[in-house]
Amino acid sequence: MLPYVFCIILVGIGLYTVLTKKNLLKIAIGFCLVEYGVNLFIVMVGYRWNGLPPIMLTPDDKTLFVDPIPQALVLTAIVIGLATTAVLLAIVVRVYKRYGTLDLTELKRLKG
Amino acid sequence: MSNLICLFVVIPLFTAFLIGILYKLHNSVAETLANVCIFALTCLSVLFISQVAGNNALVYKIGGWIPPFGIVFVIDSLSVLMLVLVNTVSLFAVIYSISYMERYTSKPYYYILFLLMLVGMNGIIITGDLFNLFVFIEIASISSYALVSFGIQHEELEASFKYMVIGEIASTFILFAIILLYAWGGSLNMADIAFRINSDSLGTANSMVKFVSVLFIFGFGVKAAIVPFHAWLPDAHPSAPAPISSMLSGVLIKVLGIYALTRVLYSVLGITPVIQNVLLTLGAISMVAGALLALPQIDFKRMLAYSSISQVGYILLGIASGNFIGITGGLFHLVNHGVFKSLLFMDAGSVELGTKTRKLNELGGISEKMPITHGSFLAGALSIVGMPPFNGFWSKLLIIIGLAQSNHTGLALLAICIAVVTLAYYLKIERSVFWGKLKEGLQFVKEAPFSMAFSMIMLAIICFVGGLLYFHPILKDAAQVVHQGTAYANHLLK
Repeated sequence: MLPYVFCIILVGIGLYTVLTKKNLLKIAIGFCLVEYGVNLFIVMVGYRWNGLPPIMLTPDDKTLFVDPIPQALVLTAIVIGLATTAVLLAIVVRVYKRYGTLDLTELKRLKG
Repeated sequence: MSNLICLFVVIPLFTAFLIGILYKLHNSVAETLANVCIFALTCLSVLFISQVAGNNALVYKIGGWIPPFGIVFVIDSLSVLMLVLVNTVSLFAVIYSISYMERYTSKPYYYILFLLMLVGMNGIIITGDLFNLFVFIEIASISSYALVSFGIQHEELEASFKYMVIGEIASTFILFAIILLYAWGGSLNMADIAFRINSDSLGTANSMVKFVSVLFIFGFGVKAAIVPFHAWLPDAHPSAPAPISSMLSGVLIKVLGIYALTRVLYSVLGITPVIQNVLLTLGAISMVAGALLALPQIDFKRMLAYSSISQVGYILLGIASGNFIGITGGLFHLVNHGVFKSLLFMDAGSVELGTKTRKLNELGGISEKMPITHGSFLAGALSIVGMPPFNGFWSKLLIIIGLAQSNHTGLALLAICIAVVTLAYYLKIERSVFWGKLKEGLQFVKEAPFSMAFSMIMLAIICFVGGLLYFHPILKDAAQVVHQGTAYANHLLK
């Protein structure tokens, strides 16, 4: 149970960072934390205590295996996370070039 | 025929990378390839209409794996309705882009991102696997973040950053919900999960479904810009280039938000009265708040963006009303809104291109200078406020009848009142942009070029005759798919 609590705490820290920090890079870091929390949760879901790698030697092998599907899913999720982080950081760099600052409160051209 | 389903993803994906390789050969390679590709997709989606007649469903098994184990693509009436809408709107948006994107540099990147966004949307519509749904949502979302910031001016970057942070948190919650479902049921296939929830023997399904529904409503609610989660939309949609605004407001919020929400809540988890009431409340709040916030706006496109929030509320009210007429009305309004909101954003883009401004107080009296833009805007505005011969009237009427039939008379009256408010803010645009005396400095405004005018005229014609869709069986079949709920599973597991 404890590892799941750590996942939730990680997501919570990430959400807190996104909601309260004023620096664009810190928001990006907070977003990554949320993502890592969920990725960790995916890995947890597939893990079996004392489980072996899922290689069946005979068709009716009754050994306890870890679940391989979440491992495949988490790889995809990590790659997607890489893409989103890259786009997010690219936008942050462009914002810095335009506004000359990373302070979120300076970005206030759009309102209404 | 079912082997052709994968083409909806393969064709645009392949073309996107082909453009990336070939764009240096000639200036017009990118736009030609994109136009031909989307035209082919539109024809293909129309071809599928006859295939799903009578609530038939086609299944494509990727790699030949049988359903609960492999990924499947499924096409039923609801999917075909959405595919025809998405690909038709994309076709006109991409034709519109030929002239509109002249003033931007690096057009090939624009077309690549456009096609990738289309890959994502088509994929969401046809997939029958929950994790695959998430992957396609991310493909569509990431391309839309990049497209919103395409102009890389101050406003675009600010809007894109806001959109991206909110949108990605929502995607992460969707992923979390999907993994929870997997942890409970040990399956990712939508039909299989629906079957397992229905035949639950341990009695744990109920509490899990409630928790997961909340996560899904949050995640897809952000994507659909339902009111408590709408903050990104009025920034992101006006900042994008006009054809992208029309794609985002016209189809993206519906596919990523409404369609995915409907598919997951109705076909997989199974709708309960509690969830239905939540959706009704959210729909009513969006409808009212969107309309009231649109009234004081002075930016042309920003007002249209708030109007989208209001109309999404209508769609949600229709779908959540719980009876067949209401669901038909909701889906009908979804299609109609896709057509007329993309038309209105194209008109806004055409006005912006001609006059170099979108502030309502700097515009005035350009109806003589831009007759085609004005005419098509009038068609779109009359549809959205619900004037009888246009398509918007019929769908709003069906939604109101549906609400009244399921004893939500108050909400039905509210929907009528908001239709009047909608009329008010479209009259405001009409008065301050097109009617009255020509403002100083607007004497040399020219009509939009041919490709833009063509798209606007075609969409205006669809607005005019779109009411006839009610008589086509595809709409009722699609409503039947939503109405029958988790019986969706039977198509796949038999």
